[in-house]
Amino acid sequence: MASADISTALQQQVQQALQDGTRLDIRGGGSKTFLGRAAHGTPLNVGNHRGIVDYDPRELVVTARTGTPLAEVEATLAEAGQMLAFEPPHFGTTATLGGTIACSLSGPRRPYAGSARDFTLGCRLINGRGEMLRFGGQVMKNVAGYDLSRLMAGAYGTLGVMLDVSLKVLPKPASSITLVYECNAAAAIEKMSGLLAQPYPVDAACFHGELCHLRLSGSEKAVRHTRAQLGGEELASGMEFWRTLNEHELALFTAAPVLYRIMVKPATPPLPLAGKWLLDWGGAQRWLASNEPPEHIRAEVAKVGGHVTQFRGGNRNGEIFQPLSAPLLALQQRLKCSLDPQGIFNPGRMYAEI
Amino acid sequence: MASVSAESSPNNLFNALRALLPPDSVLTESEDLHPFECDGLSVYRQLPLAVVLPETVEQVQAITRLCSELGVPLVARGAGTGLSGGALPLADGVLLSLARLNRILHIDAANAMATVQPGVRNLAISQAAAPYGLYYAPDPSSQIACSIGGNVAENSGGVHCLKYGLTVHNILQIKMVSIDGELLTIGAETLDAPGYDLLALMTGSEGLLGIIVEITVKLLPKPERAQVVLAAFDDVVKAGEAVGAVIAAGIIPAGLEMMDRLAISAAEDFAHAGYPRDAAAILLCELDGTNAEVSEHIRTVREILSAQGATEVRTAADEAERQLFWKGRKSAFPAVGRISPDYYCMDGTIPRRELPHVLRQISKWSEEYGLPVANVFHAGDGNLHPLILFDANKPGELARTEEFGQKILSLCVEVGGTITGEHGVGMEKLDTMCVQFESSELNQFHAVKHAFDPRGLLNPGKAVPTLHRCAEFGAMHVHHGKLSHPELERF
Ligand SMILES: Cc1cc2nc3c(=O)[nH]c(=O)nc-3n(C[C@H](O)[C@H](O)[C@H](O)COP(=O)(O)OP(=O)(O)OC[C@H]3O[C@@H](n4cnc5c(N)ncnc54)[C@H](O)[C@@H]3O)c2cc1C
Repeated sequence: MASADISTALQQQVQQALQDGTRLDIRGGGSKTFLGRAAHGTPLNVGNHRGIVDYDPRELVVTARTGTPLAEVEATLAEAGQMLAFEPPHFGTTATLGGTIACSLSGPRRPYAGSARDFTLGCRLINGRGEMLRFGGQVMKNVAGYDLSRLMAGAYGTLGVMLDVSLKVLPKPASSITLVYECNAAAAIEKMSGLLAQPYPVDAACFHGELCHLRLSGSEKAVRHTRAQLGGEELASGMEFWRTLNEHELALFTAAPVLYRIMVKPATPPLPLAGKWLLDWGGAQRWLASNEPPEHIRAEVAKVGGHVTQFRGGNRNGEIFQPLSAPLLALQQRLKCSLDPQGIFNPGRMYAEI
Repeated sequence: MASVSAESSPNNLFNALRALLPPDSVLTESEDLHPFECDGLSVYRQLPLAVVLPETVEQVQAITRLCSELGVPLVARGAGTGLSGGALPLADGVLLSLARLNRILHIDAANAMATVQPGVRNLAISQAAAPYGLYYAPDPSSQIACSIGGNVAENSGGVHCLKYGLTVHNILQIKMVSIDGELLTIGAETLDAPGYDLLALMTGSEGLLGIIVEITVKLLPKPERAQVVLAAFDDVVKAGEAVGAVIAAGIIPAGLEMMDRLAISAAEDFAHAGYPRDAAAILLCELDGTNAEVSEHIRTVREILSAQGATEVRTAADEAERQLFWKGRKSAFPAVGRISPDYYCMDGTIPRRELPHVLRQISKWSEEYGLPVANVFHAGDGNLHPLILFDANKPGELARTEEFGQKILSLCVEVGGTITGEHGVGMEKLDTMCVQFESSELNQFHAVKHAFDPRGLLNPGKAVPTLHRCAEFGAMHVHHGKLSHPELERF
């Protein structure tokens, strides 16, 4: 579909909603409707607001409208040998850039390269007063004003309608290989977290199916050299493995009615929770397909200082994200109110209270 | 706690503070206050009512509660190396120094993180992590002196942030005391945290949203090898173009810095780094990573620099020479300070492609104003530091310097950049904020501030100008003017 700037139309719809007191359910391509709490409100379709607005590979920055398909952004970058280094999952063919940033979704490279939020440089948005505002910019370093563009990343559209975003991009590595090692979870955790203090060009590490997987990326020589140092078996279909992991196409992701995303410090030993596990992000992001009650899972994870998202399935009207402490929730409510005083954007999508 | 009314005299405030803190933690005599009258931007000076030096987080909480109760403004101060007047005291306020909260609490090598108090010096973290083969990446040139709390408050960068990011990319969690004395944990020890990303919001908030009392930083493994290439050019513009060429080759140097003739000779006099004095500009390009990768990249970078017309390309012979090359760069500001009675350091960031154009314009203005400019900056990320040399004792020269500076920053905004890349707005860039932002955007900033600090007691009057001030300044946003990308509505 052709590129189109519908900023003004979107702004009018927001202003109308403010007048009518209606709430809005901001939608890109609809690929992330399964995430977060159930959506309520009149759909506000951002999916037609699309097109890459500025891209100069030498600047390492791309600016695109938020309805632009993620695949289109990635294809354009690939032509210049570049990539979104946070390796976002798509979760379907309709994924847009805006939805990806709003949910701050990052893939296997995240612990080594940074998250969607880390690569966000600026954005233009409509706030809950119906104003079009711009924060951040198209340059790597910018400390003028509070960092409201990174605040939009991971806010699930509850703070404003993003119109376009500028992201830092990076060159694609010249080569990558995947190594596998047979071991149990505890040994894999030790191996993966041990590598955090080693200067190897590791850019993905996970434990799945009694195998620890490491991805090495960099110049051909560097990869070959490190491969000799680290041993292990080379996985021929390495690239495809990381893709199916990132896109949740492995059986585990749909193995139980509920899939939990568990965040812990990477060196945390295996947790005593029944279900099927996959440890990604070098042990820092753990997926658990389980039938155990969510309260039990949250309690166990809290003991090691981690937090839990009920990622797929279960009751989508209950607590999906980790509950916040009372003072922190109060602060977040006040912050929400500062951007969206009438509470029209994606009400309850993150927490019932915001 | 002594109950004191808002109209109470300073003495009541002093007594209330003394009731909360050990005797040597409350300073009220003017000779004791003088060391705190300015930060690194010494053209602004002001004595506070009192300086407090708490030693515990509980004391910080008690101080904020008291100031909140009395309606007394509070300005946080780290090491006072800030370059925008952010830690400038207020005449009717208390200055809260975090210098005594200076302990490294925990190095967690297994998880590659460290938890420290805000007064810890930036470099001290890397020193403490070194036995584990780890280090803290952001390295401002002031790293031997500046505090990690100040780094978070400014979102400081350094010569290696092209590859390793700014402070915001290298911290996991902070503990913050709110203006009403509440201790909040923002972020988490995990790679992300539930709820809104308040960690991003707090980073660079210049002491306006809360007092940072603990920081958990990410540590990285020391690269197997780091190597630096020095390239000399007979023309500043050629050097600027070479920067883009290196990036276009798909290489992300760990650092890519540029210095012009004036900066080269000042740094050379000061540090004897072996820079070629006859060059119009030099680039320092650092490559790091595995041994094999560095060798490969050095070769490519040398080829590119030669092809771009470098008159000399030199790879540091050993680690000692590499350190020396960086010493020259990191001491460039004080070095320039020796060749001129005063200098004014600008901090705009521009898209890299605009480097040649902006550098040319600055040198034109430099001639017009009769004020020399030394350029020493983070070329890889387009972050300029033109140092305008002047003499504050000559009548009118400071005013002309500031006017020249404003012009440079406005130009940065015009070409799609920003008025500050890493030094912050503070007191200094309030007027240029009016150039970069529209009133609705400034209002949004004020609303965010209100969510954290409804009575405006934390570092009031800094970082975000009032709309009234912008109206008086009379130069609302220029970015609709000469845009390099008219298709972009607002960037
Ligand atoms: C020679 C020289 C070179 C420099 N080079 C660089 C460079 O390469 N990169 C760079 O980014 N900067 C650089 N700077 C600027 C400066 O060092 C940084 O901004 C630094 O982060 C300031 O730290 P500080 O501890 O001195 O903070 P201060 O100057 O004391 O304070 C800075 C701001 O932070 C606030 N603040 C301080 N501590 C806290 C806290 N605990 N909680 C809440 N607010 C707080 C203050 O209110 C103030 O607004 C340089 C400065 C000098 C003098």
